[in-house]
Amino acid sequence: MSFAVPTEHYLLLSGLLFCVGVAGVATKRNPIVVFMCIEIMLNAANLGFVALGRHYGEAGGQIITMLIIAVAAGEVAIGLAIIVSLFRTRETINLDEVNLLKL
Amino acid sequence: MSEIPIAPLVWAIPGLPLIGFVLNMLWGGRIVRLFGDARGRGIVGGLATLTVFGAFAVSVVALSQLLGLDPEHRRALASLIPFAERVPWIVIGSVSVHFSALIDPLSVLMCLIVTGVGGLIHLYATGYMADDRDYPRFFAYFNLFIFAMLVLCLGESLLLMFVGWEGVGLCSYLLISFWYDDEGNARAGNKAFIVNRIGDVGFMLGMLTVLAAFGTLSFRTEAGTGVLDLAAQGRTAAGPLTVGLASLICGLLFVGACGKSAQFPLHVWLPDAMAGPTPVSALIHAATMVTAGVVMVSRMSVLFVQAPTVLLVVAAIGLFTALFAATIALTQTDIKKVLAYSTVSQLGFMFLGCGAAAFGAAMFHVTTHAFFKALLFLGAGSVIHGLSGEQDMRRMGGLRRHMKVTYWTMLIGWAAISGFPGLAGYWSKDAILGLSSGMVPAGMVFYLVGTFTAFLTGFYMTRLMAKTFWSESRTDRHGHDPHESPPSMLIPLIVLAILSVVGGWLGTPWANAFERFLEPSLPEVVVAEGHGGIPHGLGLVIGALVAIAAMATGVLAYRRAPGCELLSDAAKRSNPLYRGANALWGVDGAATAVFVRGGGRVAELISTWIDRRLIDGLVNAVAVVTGFASEIARGVQTGYVRFYVKTMLAGVLAILAYALLSAGAR
Amino acid sequence: MRPGVLMFWALALPLVVSAVMVVASRNPMRSALYLVAHMLLIAAMFLSLSAQYVAAVQVIVYAGAIMVLFLFVIMLLNLSGKGVLERGAGWLFGMAMSAGLAALMVGAGVWRHGLHAGKATAKSLSAGGTAQSIGFTLFDPELPWLFPFEVASVLLLTAVVGAVVLAKRKL
Repeated sequence: MSFAVPTEHYLLLSGLLFCVGVAGVATKRNPIVVFMCIEIMLNAANLGFVALGRHYGEAGGQIITMLIIAVAAGEVAIGLAIIVSLFRTRETINLDEVNLLKL
Repeated sequence: MSEIPIAPLVWAIPGLPLIGFVLNMLWGGRIVRLFGDARGRGIVGGLATLTVFGAFAVSVVALSQLLGLDPEHRRALASLIPFAERVPWIVIGSVSVHFSALIDPLSVLMCLIVTGVGGLIHLYATGYMADDRDYPRFFAYFNLFIFAMLVLCLGESLLLMFVGWEGVGLCSYLLISFWYDDEGNARAGNKAFIVNRIGDVGFMLGMLTVLAAFGTLSFRTEAGTGVLDLAAQGRTAAGPLTVGLASLICGLLFVGACGKSAQFPLHVWLPDAMAGPTPVSALIHAATMVTAGVVMVSRMSVLFVQAPTVLLVVAAIGLFTALFAATIALTQTDIKKVLAYSTVSQLGFMFLGCGAAAFGAAMFHVTTHAFFKALLFLGAGSVIHGLSGEQDMRRMGGLRRHMKVTYWTMLIGWAAISGFPGLAGYWSKDAILGLSSGMVPAGMVFYLVGTFTAFLTGFYMTRLMAKTFWSESRTDRHGHDPHESPPSMLIPLIVLAILSVVGGWLGTPWANAFERFLEPSLPEVVVAEGHGGIPHGLGLVIGALVAIAAMATGVLAYRRAPGCELLSDAAKRSNPLYRGANALWGVDGAATAVFVRGGGRVAELISTWIDRRLIDGLVNAVAVVTGFASEIARGVQTGYVRFYVKTMLAGVLAILAYALLSAGAR
Repeated sequence: MRPGVLMFWALALPLVVSAVMVVASRNPMRSALYLVAHMLLIAAMFLSLSAQYVAAVQVIVYAGAIMVLFLFVIMLLNLSGKGVLERGAGWLFGMAMSAGLAALMVGAGVWRHGLHAGKATAKSLSAGGTAQSIGFTLFDPELPWLFPFEVASVLLLTAVVGAVVLAKRKL
């Protein structure tokens, strides 16, 4: 089957996407976009899982991907709720102005 | 080793009192509330008493089965946990300790004494403590004590014996300070516990030395590898048993025995222990617990006979304690204090017997002493009860008319402890004195001083009787007549009085059934009769004469004494002997000055210099340095999320780079 | 180059570009729209790995539900002019490190193994991605997936409760 793409290519792509996500997390000051970048990172990881699952003939890769999607959904729900309540209390969500992690 | 049919049930001997303890401790108060005061107390006290008598019944069966065996085979191991054969408790390397009992004549004898006399005292206590607020707690402690004492007697290893040893120490503490709202009682409890700890250190060190030398703590095993099995063959786990090693072990163990059995200079706790209720004094501080030291020395007698120097020390300390305590007993005015010092003195006799390698005689004295001393204490308790708590003999007198049963039983106790011919104390005391006269060296010195102490015993006991029962009454100021005690208190007195008469007949020199029974537990000692010692017949005659002389002297002296005082107040102040004895020969004062105040001073120095300056200084220095370092490091904590992300990223990069580079280098 | 690989990169290039645009856009609304494209392309990638069921889930959950949530919050907060549209402080440093990470991961992978070292095995194609095969695997008591699946459901429930608690002004 000549259409089959070697797994290495998928992993390479996955790594690249992951780094793009990292760059976004490290540079953006809007937390919503930071979340989007985290989604990109999660998707990149998903891609890697599915590719490796195919490589080893394991259905587990796809199942893990589905679990990650479930976790991501929960994470987005909570994260966005946090952003909303943050905006309510602080009137800003600029990450460079929020230092609540310092007591 | 052999099997006895009762073996699967032996756990019941300590088990029944333990059950009584648990029930009364957990639900005693509830039972009293549920069934009403009178009936609830009946149930609580009855339960406690019945468990002990149940244990007594099992012990009797064990005795009868043991007697059915060959003397050589009167040894059995039995599990102390029901339905589990020799369950290991501690297994470290090749050392294993089991919850097992060693059933042999010595342990069965002690079980009989503890449960028999203990049961009678339980019965007595149901009357004596009838109005006490903490009735269930008292009986719970009482049962726990019986349990611990039985573990001590039955345990098949030194460690299990030590468990019981500590257990009786704990119960002693709990019971001495039973009326804990009085600070003096609490202090007396503390004193008993702390002084006992000193002895316990000796016991522990001795135990560890045994472990190091013999590689086991079991007394006897089926394979014949127990401590006593090996010691009897004169060897240890590796190599022969030297006199030095035996002396070290026995010396340390004897320190433990001194603490528990109140030998000089660790006797100071026992008289103070009279702060507890009188049944406690009778049970713990006369009949059973204080004999634990004698039991331990007898149990380890195989080792002790191989350490002649230690035996001599044991005998010397025993003799000195006997004389020393007897002189103090002459001057005390508190009826319980007199009996307490008398106990110390009698324990001294027992150790004199041990020191003379007459372990059988010592155990015989343990037995008879348990009878008559329990009787005397219970009688004293009955007197105190009848006088509504009065303990000072100067405010007693003339009680023979008011308390007939108490008087007659006390009279028997008096005759028994004084060594009146035919009664229990006569046979056992003379057995010890007779055998001590054969000691090398200086057997005659031991004999003469011991006999003099026996004379003192008769005299101070006569003094007690005179001041309490015979002289004219000095109790009028109490306002109401002394009353006789209830039957639950009198029955034990009568039973103990009978035992005090007939108990000695087991061990007469002509037919010494007692010692023949104990023989399998004790080492074979060649007692060379007539080898420097005085002959039996002569010893018996001298003993009888001394006892009668002491009693007669006392009776005559006190009959004429005005106000039942031999010395006037002025004479008491000027007589150095009286003052010394009355001041307990300064031992308590010296101990307080040296150990309590000196210890306090040392602790204060340590507290100031080592604790506060050195250790606290170091700790504070560490804290200051840490605080300074954190002050610098806290700049890293910005609180900005992205700063953390970037920091983490840098870390990931560094780790990845390292991993790749090191993998590439391979 | 094999045609399969060519097709792969034809799909992968827009995937990377959409991801970059999510990061590069100033307006979060644009980022969100690029993210939708990104999600759909990922789904296509899953299809190319014959993971049909996961691709469908990706479209429904990500491109559907999650993106709606994003857009909703962006519009709710209406953030323009609140100083969040510029680049964050120290962005250059962040960029540099991300690039370094990419170089390390991709470079090292390619350098050490090349792009054709492992062969896609015949076995690989046997693991189909239909809903049926996923279901059989997921609920097979011999396999360890049932428990994580249940845990995930509890997690989602927790997230629901948490979101309500956080977002409501008063309970």
